[in-house]
Amino acid sequence: MSGKTLYDKLWEDHVVFTEDDGSSLIYIDRHLVHEVTSPQAFESLRLAGRKPWRQSRNLAVADHNVPTVDRDKGIADPVSRLQVETLDNNCAEFGITEFAMTDARQGIVHVIGPEQGATLPGMTVVCGDSHTSTHGAFGALAFGIGTSEVEHVLATQCLTQKKAKNLLIKVNGHSGAGVSAKDIVLAIIGKIGTAGGNGYTIEFAGTAIRALSMEGRMTVCNMAIEAGARAGLIAVDEVTIDYCRNRPYAPKGEHQFMAERLWQKLHSDDDAVFDKVMDLDAASIKPQVTWGTSPELVVPIDKKIPDPALEPDAVKRQGMRRALEYMDLKAGQAIIDITLDKVFIGSCTNSRIEDLRAAAAVAKGKKLADNIKLALVVPGSGLVKRQAEAEGLDKIFMAAGFEWREPGCSMCLAMNADRLEEGERCASTSNRNFEGRQGYGGRTHLVSPAMAAAAAIAGHFVDISSVLEGRQS
Amino acid sequence: MRAFTKITALVAPLDRANVDTDAIIPKQFLKSIRRAGFGPYLFDEWRYLDHGEPDMDCTHRPVNKDFVLNKPEYQGAEILLTRENFGCGSSREHAPWALEDFGFRAIIAPSFADIFYNNCFKNGLLPIALNAQIVDSLFKELVEGYRLTIDLETQKITTPGGKSIGFDIDENRKYRLLNGLDDIALSLKHADKIRAYEAERSKRAPWLFAD
Ligand code: SF4
Repeated sequence: MSGKTLYDKLWEDHVVFTEDDGSSLIYIDRHLVHEVTSPQAFESLRLAGRKPWRQSRNLAVADHNVPTVDRDKGIADPVSRLQVETLDNNCAEFGITEFAMTDARQGIVHVIGPEQGATLPGMTVVCGDSHTSTHGAFGALAFGIGTSEVEHVLATQCLTQKKAKNLLIKVNGHSGAGVSAKDIVLAIIGKIGTAGGNGYTIEFAGTAIRALSMEGRMTVCNMAIEAGARAGLIAVDEVTIDYCRNRPYAPKGEHQFMAERLWQKLHSDDDAVFDKVMDLDAASIKPQVTWGTSPELVVPIDKKIPDPALEPDAVKRQGMRRALEYMDLKAGQAIIDITLDKVFIGSCTNSRIEDLRAAAAVAKGKKLADNIKLALVVPGSGLVKRQAEAEGLDKIFMAAGFEWREPGCSMCLAMNADRLEEGERCASTSNRNFEGRQGYGGRTHLVSPAMAAAAAIAGHFVDISSVLEGRQS
Repeated sequence: MRAFTKITALVAPLDRANVDTDAIIPKQFLKSIRRAGFGPYLFDEWRYLDHGEPDMDCTHRPVNKDFVLNKPEYQGAEILLTRENFGCGSSREHAPWALEDFGFRAIIAPSFADIFYNNCFKNGLLPIALNAQIVDSLFKELVEGYRLTIDLETQKITTPGGKSIGFDIDENRKYRLLNGLDDIALSLKHADKIRAYEAERSKRAPWLFAD
């Protein structure tokens, strides 16, 4: 019999029982909760007279609606305010731990989970949010769920699921200067498309993945959902275990010893069989920039915008044309010629300390270009913010003309006051470039933090890899 | 979820075809953070003469006296009799939430929109599709105080005149509705299995059960 994949192991470890039709009740170790997708779930729970099955496995935070300035003044928009207050009240009523808006630990749900050690290897982690795939970086089975499922997890600590197929994506070799985890995952999405991972759990492997820090691994798994997979995974190694040590919710003492011994087994067996395998050479990956309204419409920085006329598939061709029109771009235009209005450094994809360091290294001693109306840096959590300030990164950003904000989702989805105006063009470190995502009529280009910072300084996209190589030689 | 076994209840006739979910519950109410409390806004644009907004107190709003649900003789109706393609339009689960919250238990029509039909079962509402001629005859014989008996177990509707009308329903859905089982209730039937799993797992991974 052949060996097991990491996904097989995690799945089997959590099955409570399996029905004749193949659907299984699986046990959930960690449930993260935020304000947007939870109110109806709590309401139903209340109406049915049910209680959370295990209060302690839930951790809540408000992130989508929170303002990134003047927090002490509260939330101005009444609809947003009510959603956040509702979360506060629900958590109080049901005895669920919540990091309130004014708590130093508050931040984007996918940043605070790992930061607190609430996400650990070998767990099942769910949240009413598609980017829950982020937590798979820890060798945890993590995926987003809907509001009815949020209620289901609250009430039963379980979910009914069918097992997905196994996809292995190996990124071999070493990536060049200025090529980050974001560029790796954008290149993968460019290659397999936004539906490429449909029906699969993706395991990311290979030397280039192993070489990433936990922050970088989270960036890669974060965008597994943009590749069509509900969950992404990376095997546990010393980097994972080191990261988890001494986090507030991580096991201590004898439990820590036991846990770490178990976690070391969380990798696919050598003879494991995957349903599909894909290889990518890291050395061939350049910094990436999306030009369209889907993350798969992406090209390397040194390339031109592709011509829809050369696309053989009629549906894709049509999609490319619509995207060019919405983005106000032309086929054949060089990416470096695209000028920008705003820059956003933040989101659950790229708002961790390493991301801010990379951006600050580029911005240090420079000034924003005159055409940049606004450049926001929004740390992923209060603790990331504090760490960055201790390292002086806030000073670097502000001296260059960036705004240094309070943590939250911010302009990733523009549910708070941070947004693009109609027609504005933005270099963004977030994960979705859909029409109107960052504000009605706004135009989003997804890039890495270093690329976003470089674009803010130059006023247009620049090839950060050639800048860095020039610096080294 | 409330179980549905057998009811004898007042019938309200809504003599329109293609009633869409935006008519059942207009889009401005989707901003709500709640799943309950949509009843006062059910058919908002038909029921009231002013424009409704979420959280509005409906007790003082000007009502459309001609709308069927505002008529005194239909107060307390639990069965809605209507025409084909009821619940078409968007997939909003707010539509069955509003009907259920208002007090309806069953809807009889010649046909229903697919998604709406599915959503009903998740919320304890019984949608019954009957042949258009039978629906038409019910409309015709409906007089003040008209009550129907709906027995889900035997899949039969009985008219005040004693006539019996059979209806079809998927076995699995019938079972869930008869027992008031939503997905959560079904999972909770396996509570002992979940506990056994927890007991076993806590030996392997005690740090997950330390609190
Ligand atoms: S940062 Fe963006 S993608 Fe991440 S959870 Fe918030 S809104 Fe969603």
